[in-house]
Order: sequence, then structure tokens, then C-alpha cells
Amino acid sequence: MGKAWTFGENLNTDEIIPGRFNITIDLLELAKNVFCEIKPEYAKNVKPGDVIVGGQNFGCGSSREHAPIAIKGSQAKCIIAPSFARIFFRNAINIGLPILECPEAVADIKEGDDVDVNLSTGEIFNRANGHQYQARPLPNFVLKIADAGGIVNFLKEHDIQDLMS
Amino acid sequence: MGTLIEEIFSHKAGRPVQAGEILLLDVDYIMSHDNTTPLAIKAFREIGKPIRDKNRIVLHLDHAYPAPNVLAAENHKKIIEFVDEQGLPNFFHQGVCHQVMIEEGFITPGAIVIGADSHSNTYGALGAFGAGLGSTEIAVAWVTGKCWFKVPETILIELTGKAQHGVYAKDVMIYIAGKLGMDGATYRSVEFGGEYIRSLPMNERIVFPNMSTEIGAKCGLIEADSVTINYLASQTPAKGPFEAFGPVNPRYEKVIEIDASKIAPQVACHPDVDNVKPLEEVAGLVVNEVYIGTCTNARYEDIEIVANMLKGKKVHPLTRVIVTPASQRIYKKAMQNGLIEILMDAGCTVTGTGCGACIGRHGGILAAGECALTTMNRNFIGRMGSPLSEVYLASPATAAATALTGKITDPREYLKNL
Repeated sequence: MGKAWTFGENLNTDEIIPGRFNITIDLLELAKNVFCEIKPEYAKNVKPGDVIVGGQNFGCGSSREHAPIAIKGSQAKCIIAPSFARIFFRNAINIGLPILECPEAVADIKEGDDVDVNLSTGEIFNRANGHQYQARPLPNFVLKIADAGGIVNFLKEHDIQDLMS
Repeated sequence: MGTLIEEIFSHKAGRPVQAGEILLLDVDYIMSHDNTTPLAIKAFREIGKPIRDKNRIVLHLDHAYPAPNVLAAENHKKIIEFVDEQGLPNFFHQGVCHQVMIEEGFITPGAIVIGADSHSNTYGALGAFGAGLGSTEIAVAWVTGKCWFKVPETILIELTGKAQHGVYAKDVMIYIAGKLGMDGATYRSVEFGGEYIRSLPMNERIVFPNMSTEIGAKCGLIEADSVTINYLASQTPAKGPFEAFGPVNPRYEKVIEIDASKIAPQVACHPDVDNVKPLEEVAGLVVNEVYIGTCTNARYEDIEIVANMLKGKKVHPLTRVIVTPASQRIYKKAMQNGLIEILMDAGCTVTGTGCGACIGRHGGILAAGECALTTMNRNFIGRMGSPLSEVYLASPATAAATALTGKITDPREYLKNL
């Protein structure tokens, strides 16, 4: 169970973590400044297991992996959005930050709602109003990467060709 | 049979492929820079496998180069040690990565080039597939030589007509961004075609794929033609023969027709690239800085336009005017042809090459309350420094006219006698 933190549409990578902070690749250091300009209270108050609920085209802009890493470093459990920007989607999967596409959940969940997420089934339960939502299933090869906890871990155990088998 | 991206991917896959398929493809070049390489090195060490083909790796120092602070210096040091340790042959600090990738001949029609930079889409200007992705995938490609792709659907933007005098590729692309919006082409391949595109020289063509990123595209492509081949043969060390890839009986998800002759100079206004207005609606807005630089518009021809407009004149005394050539090669040519002297005499500050000001690192950072008009491709809040500053995007000609008056100014008056 975690608290929902809500964000608007077209949230860009500069809003997730401004370029001037990307001089480090330290997970926790980046997490200190995540969302610092648009939601400064987030970094101080986020708890492990909290859930990011974003708008469409979440994570647009730069290819900087610092953006999903900063979110992962903040110990948020996952991101739920109607859609993700292309590079952000890949980056999040690759670093093992779970992301779920679920427009129904985004339309219904409010800031501060208590939310349960079952990552393996994609089921999302909102304790605040008792509503349940089902996220779109991820493609098989994406699940393989997510299950391994990221592409780096996947490659330690597998050949890249195994993604497609 | 298919769209340009389907043709390029089919050739690489060795079989016909269609939109929607997931492919694992060999990549021709793997690009990263000082902002993204340190994370790639970290992921590479964690994977613990050797580099597959070091000739396919291309590394650049450009995002914060020369180092403006100790942390940037440490990143550079880490990268240089890695280059030395692995014996990597393709290492550059000659300018903005995308410009150098083209100049050095890494980008050829049909090539598949991935880059840890969102503007890797730029390579589509030469009929190559270029796409941005993150550092971890760069490390994956270093050790496997491969990358996974979903074959995207294609939006064709068919540009007809001839642009008016004083209207450049940048104006047309900003107009497109305004029409389609920031997520107008998410996950899509965008083909830029039509007589207008075919009539453009390479420096102008590059603007379209470069800014296809701003409308969410996976890639932006222009079919290679004689302009492409002549450019490659005369301006780069790339070795032919070059294969021509074009759409064959394509099925487009959407076709958007735009008459370029109807477009006036445009400005993408603070704080979003799709907050686009005809220049006349924002004319007169006072700016504190004019920045001519970046992978979008700091090629020789861009600098030449600016120099021609500023020749024998002075920029506004209260306006900082900064010119950052996209590469050393461009800088050198501009110097040899007297353009740098013209710019300096007009009161511009000409800096070394790189991306510094565009990402708010150095070389033109904005203070709170300040406003810049620039030739960049992106104007997110805080992009050039203070989150309380504003960035407006326009063509090099608009930037030059604005430099003279200190407020957003239509360049057409100033171009009349040139």
C-alpha cells in the first residue's frame, strides 16, 4: 500500500529532474531533487511503496536516464499513466522501474489516495474509494526485462536473443 | 513494401517487416556523450561482458565541455579513462555530437544509429534511422551489438510550395510542432516529404528530423536523394556507394499536408515547444539574451545568415548575443571566411562549440526573470537556467534581427537588401 502522488500531462524530464542536477549518477543524490520545481514537497515526504500517478506522455523530453533513476531512487513503487513518452518507457523498463499504462486509474485516483498495486497482474486497487482498475498488459519481452529487475540483470543471466524467444 | 522506416528495418532484418512487429536488430553505430556515457559505463561494468565491436562505438564530450565545474571534469576524466582502457577509436570533442556524427561520416542512408540523446532523431535527415534511448541500452548495445525496436506506424508530413523570403526550415518545423503538439507523433516515425523538403539543402533538412523529437516521434526521416548523396560525397568522409531507401507502396497511419508558402516566421513561446505563435503576435517582447547555437541551428549556413544580417551593425547594447558554432569544423570555416570577425565586430560573444547553454550548464545561463530568444529546439521551464526564466525558439534570421533590436523582431525587413 502506498500514497498516490499525482502529476499532469506531458510531464517532461526537466520537470522530473532539472538538467543542472544531472551531474551525478547517484540514485539517492538524484532522488533528493526529483520533482523539485513542480512538487518540492515530494522528495521530503515520499515513502517507500508510494505510487506516482501521471498524465499522458509521461516523461517526454530528454533521453536522460537520470529521470527514471531519480524516481526509482525516491523508492516509489511504480508509475501509473495513460501513456509514457517513448524513451522514458524504455529507460524505466531497462532500469527496473515498473510502469503501468492505465487511463482509468489515472482518471480516478486523487492525490493522497491509498493505492495497492499488484505488479505481476497489473491490478490496481484504490482503498480510498474501493475502485479497482486493470492496467494494460506489457509485451512479453518487456515482462522478461521487468521480471529480471532490469536489462542489466537480464543480461547477466541470458543472451540478448533470449528476449525474443 | 512499406513506409521508409519499414523499408529500412526490412533491409536490416533481411525480411519484410511491418509496423507493430518487435525486432532485435544489429546497430551500425552507438553514440553517447558526456552527459550519458558515465551511466553507460556503470551499466557496462555491471553487465560484466566485453565490448562486441569497438568500431561501432562513438563517444563525444559536448554537453558540458570544456568542463565548467569539478563534477563535469570528473565525468570527462571517467570517459577518457574508459576510452583509453578499451582502446576505443571513435572519440570526439569537436562539437555537438549530432553535427559531428554527420560530419565524420557515421550517418549514411539506411544506417541504424542509436544515441543516448533524445535528438539522435537528427540522423533521419540523411535517410538513416536515428533514435534516442537511455544509457543502459547503450551499454547493452556495446556488449551485444543489438537493440530491440518496435516497428512504428508512420505519419507522412507532405510539405508543398516554396517558403517565403525570410522563412526557414525552423519556422516551418515550429509551425508543425504547433499543429501536432508535443505528443502529436508519440511512438511514430514521421516522414518529411514533398517538393518543399526535396528543394532544401542538407543544413535546412536537418532541422526537421532533429525537432521530430519535440512532437514525440521515435524517428523523423527524409528519403535520401541526390542532395543527400552529394552532401555525403563532398562534405563527409563516408564511403559509398550509398543505398537509396524510399517508401514502396507505403501505408501511412496519417498524411498531413502543409503548404510551406503560407507560413510566416514563427516563434515557439515559453514554456512549451507547441505554444507556437506567428512572430507578429510576439514581436516587441524584450529579450535579455539571444543564443544562436545547438544541433538544430548552428551550422555554417545559419551563422552565415546571422553574420550577413549583422554585418556593419551593432547588437542592442543591453542584449547578450551568444553564438556557439555546432562544431569545430563549422567554427573554422566561419573564421576562415571572416564571419567570426563580423559577429565580434557587431558585439556578439562567440564561444567554443558544445551544448552548454541549451541545457543550462554554462555559456549563457539565464537569471530569474530573464528571457532569451534562441535557435534551440526545446524551451522547457528552466531549460537555460533559472526556472523563472523564459525561452523562445525561432530561426537564426529571427535571432539576428532580435539581436539588433533587443526585442523579438521580424527578420524580413532586415533581409530585404541582402
